[in-house]
Parts: sequence; structure tokens; C-alpha cells
Amino acid sequence: MNRHRNQPDGPGATLKVSGEEGDITLTLSGRLDLAGITILWPQVCDLIDRHQPRHLCLAVEDVDYCDGTGVGLLLDCERRTTDGGGTFELRGLREEFARLRSQFDLAQLNRLPKSDPRPNSLPEATGRATVQTWRALWDLVTFTGELSVALLRALRRPRSVRWRDVGLTVEKAGVDGFPIVALLSFLVGLIMAFQAAIPMRQFGTEIYVANLIGLATLRELAPLMTAIILAGRSASAFAAEIGTMKINEELDALTTMGLEPVPFLVVTRVLAALLVTPLLTLFANLFGLLGGSVVLLSLNYPLVTYIRQVQSAVTLGDALGGLVKSLVFGVIIAAVGCLQGLRTETGASAVGHAATRAVVSGIVLIVIGDGVFSVLYYYLGV
Amino acid sequence: MKSRQAPLIQVTGLTAAYGNEIVLENLNFSVDSGEIFVILGGSGCGKSTLLKHLIGLYRPVAGQVLIDGIDLHEAEGDLRLRLLRTMGIMYQQGALFGSLTLLENLCLPLEELSELPETARRLLATMNLALVGLAEHPHRYPAELSGGMRKRAAIARALVLGPRILFLDEPSAGLDPVTSAEMDRLILRLATNLEMTCVLVSHELPSIFAIADRVIMLDRNSRGIIATGTPEDLRHSNNRTVAQFFSRGASG
Repeated sequence: MNRHRNQPDGPGATLKVSGEEGDITLTLSGRLDLAGITILWPQVCDLIDRHQPRHLCLAVEDVDYCDGTGVGLLLDCERRTTDGGGTFELRGLREEFARLRSQFDLAQLNRLPKSDPRPNSLPEATGRATVQTWRALWDLVTFTGELSVALLRALRRPRSVRWRDVGLTVEKAGVDGFPIVALLSFLVGLIMAFQAAIPMRQFGTEIYVANLIGLATLRELAPLMTAIILAGRSASAFAAEIGTMKINEELDALTTMGLEPVPFLVVTRVLAALLVTPLLTLFANLFGLLGGSVVLLSLNYPLVTYIRQVQSAVTLGDALGGLVKSLVFGVIIAAVGCLQGLRTETGASAVGHAATRAVVSGIVLIVIGDGVFSVLYYYLGV
Repeated sequence: MKSRQAPLIQVTGLTAAYGNEIVLENLNFSVDSGEIFVILGGSGCGKSTLLKHLIGLYRPVAGQVLIDGIDLHEAEGDLRLRLLRTMGIMYQQGALFGSLTLLENLCLPLEELSELPETARRLLATMNLALVGLAEHPHRYPAELSGGMRKRAAIARALVLGPRILFLDEPSAGLDPVTSAEMDRLILRLATNLEMTCVLVSHELPSIFAIADRVIMLDRNSRGIIATGTPEDLRHSNNRTVAQFFSRGASG
């Protein structure tokens, strides 16, 4: 091999190759900065790996500028040559660059760390998931216990509760959440009534749409919709608030002041949710029924007929059953949100994870809870 | 030391404000290539604000910051990128990306801003980690590091693109005296051997005496520079505020 290669002038660095097989001289010139080495690095490495030279001479007399990244290139040349069993010679490195070069230790670069040190094999992933699930369950049990104790204490001594905080949470979760609950309930009532009215009209039974809307809204849809909206709005907010507090060491500050986070932060939120959820459910009932009425009005039934029909179809038990359910949903939403907030780990993404987990497990628990209530109400005959 | 005619950083008539509140008024100073330049001052006097103007995060209300003769705040596109590439910044808390390991933290700018092959990126990252003494822990996450290690890792990340100027926001704040002295030695080493120009924000007197070539002192009331010179010059200053700052530091 006896050839010269002149690089087309990139941003400042050029490479010239000379010498014969096994004994190569690479002449670098120009600026060895990030832009320069980006062009040179692949060529140089390729050259060394392809020829595996016995002796590599790197002539750098004409290098005008060299920063840390340039030194990286020099070191990599040396590493590759000596790894292949060759000898390496660096010729004409200027004094100031030599001083820079001396700051870096080649020995430490011989074994480059792998970029992904923690590969996730299936057994490992399974193990991790199992441990995590176990921990999550354990946390849930401890938290339930702590919360129950704290709630009982709050019931015995209501003055120990920070009612101001409860009020603020009621405002944020309830008052601010009202428009969206109202809108969604209205729309769901309307859509459901519309979908039901079309087939029922074929049999002339569209008046029974009122029964359908009444029962479905009071017993199922209003509590469920309200709970799901609250899980999305408030459980995530609770988790993010408490999670950020944890990251900022505010929870540690509370603990060292002798204030336990559960009574101080969680109880207020659970109490607020207990107040807000049934109220919002009540409004969801109203707006769901209103939504249904629009369909029947458009089918030329007078409003009073619709109201009578609803009254005849539903009982007070249906409405109360829905409200009791919503109380439980409220506790689930607040508790899950706070629990996930308290379990926040460190790091920028941790608060996001906590909020996501709060919403997802909140909704799952609500739907499971709803199933349990259905069975319970069936046997109780409600 | 290389002798350069024009200063590397030239600040002329810089005025900084938050809304209507003027924090710094008509600042003029320059930083020469290769020197360790310290911005000193009590809490709330606008040290960090000034630094954020120097690195182009905030726009001055008036005046300009010239880096190598180019106005940082007027530069756009490729020119601005090139200017930014000459600066490495260590933020006070490190500002390492929490979801990435140290190695990944250092590889990220290389990956996004250069077309280097993967091994080259890893080599550069490891090299810089080794420079600050963290080569043993490439796979740790920032949360698993002590405060001092986090700051060193942040310096390594600032160095990875081969900058000429290193900006450090309170490099020794919150560190114990031993670690703080290590940090001083690291900065000195970078300045002398890597020919790095260092601009520091600090209020730690021992470290200023250990490393600073030149100091400017800002003051909250006059919203500007009240003293310039070597640390020794400032120690013997006639200005009452400066004297007070230095005597408190000496006795306390």
C-alpha cells in the first residue's frame, strides 16, 4: 500500500495516509475539535482495524488546535493499535497538547463500559416484577392500616384535623371539577338515551328510555363516571403534590417535626374526597337525567311525562345505593392518589410515574369496587 | 499561557432586569483566555443572574456579551450553536438527567450533536469521567451519587464537547472543606492543563484565594461591580462593603 489520501477539506481537519502494509503513518493536520474528529474518527478506526498495523505512527506536527475530543481520537488510535498487538508512536505533539494528553489515562479506557449494563433478561424481569408487586402489596397493607388509625383518630378528635386544608382540597377537587362532571354526565345521559331510543321506538316503547336512564344513571353511571373523572383529575394531582413534596424533602421535614405524613396530608385529602364525591355524584345524577330528557323531548314527550316515568321507575334505595358507592369510591381515589405520592421514588420521571400509577390503579380499583357493590346489592336486595 | 490580544469574553454596558426591577446596571468587564475569573458577591446580588446572561439563557435589557468578538445574544442559527459549543456549563445542582446513568448523561450531547461512532462516544465519555475521577461508576444514576460526585459529573458532562470556556455556578457550595478543596484542585487542573477559561460564581473565600486569577465583586445596593482585581487586591480594598465581606470571611 503506497498511497496518499487527501481529505476534501472538511471543517478544518485532514488526514493523510502513507507507509506500507503493516507500517502505517497517519498524518493529521488542522483542528482536532468535535467537528474535525467527527470526520476523521470513522476513517482512522476503519483503517487501523482493517490493516492491523505492526507499527502505527501518528504524525501530528501540523495540528493547530486540539481539545479534549481530539485527545480522545489520539487515545483511541493508540488503544486500537496496541489491542491488535502493534506498537504506537505519537510524533510531534505540541507541548500544550501533550499536557492536555497527559491528563487522560489510557489504562482506564482499555475496558470501555458497555452502554447498556443492565440487560433485562426474562428471569430477571420476572424477579424484579415479583419483588415490586410484593412491595406494592406490603405498602398497600401498611398504608391501609395507617390511614384507618389516622381516620379513627380524626373522628375521635375532629379538632385535630386541618379543616382549612380540607376546604382547599374540596374547592380544587369539587368546585373546580364540577363543570366537567356535569358536562360528561349530561352527554353520557343524552347519548345513552339516544342509542336506546332508536331500537325501542320500533316497538313503540320509547317511553321506557326514562326507566333505563333513571336506573342506569342513579345506580351505576353517575357514581362510576364521577369517580373516574375524579381519579383522572384529583388522584393524579394528589400523587404529584405529595410526590413533589417527597422529592423536596418536605415529607422528611414533617416527620422530623413530629408530624406524620399520613394524618397530616392524607387524612385531609380523604375527608375532602368523602365530602366531594357524593355531592358531585348527586349533580351527575341530575345532569344525566337532564341529558336523557332531551331525547324524549325531541320525541315529543312532555317533560312531565318523563319525570313521572323516572319517578315510577326508581326508588330512593337506588339513589342512596349510588351515593354510598360514591363514598367508597371517594376514599379509594384519595387514598390511592396519596399512597402513590408517598411511594414516589427519586428522579425527574418519578412524579410522572406516581401520577400515572395513581390514575391507573385508582380506576382499576373503582371498577373492581363497583363489581363488589353489584353483588352486594343483589344479595341485599337493594 | 497563550497571549491573546482580544479578550475571550467582553461584557459592555450589560443591564439585567426581572420585569421592571433592575438587578444589574451597566456592567463592563472582560475575561481573558486561560484565566480563572470569579464573580463574587453576597446572596441575592445577581451573581447567578449575571452568569445566566453570560451563557445566553437570559437576554440583557441593554448592552451586549461578546464571546470571541461575536454578540452571543444576536447570534442565530449555526453561529449561535457554534458559540454554545465553545461553552461548557456546570449548574449549581448538577442538572444531570435523572433518568440516565452517568455514562448516558455524557453520551447524550455527543449522540445528538455529533455523528461520532458509538465506541468513540463511549470513549470520550469515559475519558471525561476519568478526568474527574468517576470512571469507576459509569452506570450509576445521579440520584446514587453524593453531592460532590454529582458536581464532578456535571463538570465532566460540560467538558464532553470540548469547550474552551467553562462556566461553573457555585462549584463548591454545599461541599465539605475537603471535597471543596478537591474541587478547587480539579478546576485549577482544568485551567492549567486543558487551557480552559473558567468563569465561576462563588462566595466561598477560601476557594477564591486558592484558584482565582481575577475577581469581580457585585453588590446588591449599587447593582453593579464594586471591586475588580486579584483576590489580594480585594482583600486590601478601601471599599467598606468589600472589606466587610472579606473580614467576615476571615473571622468566620
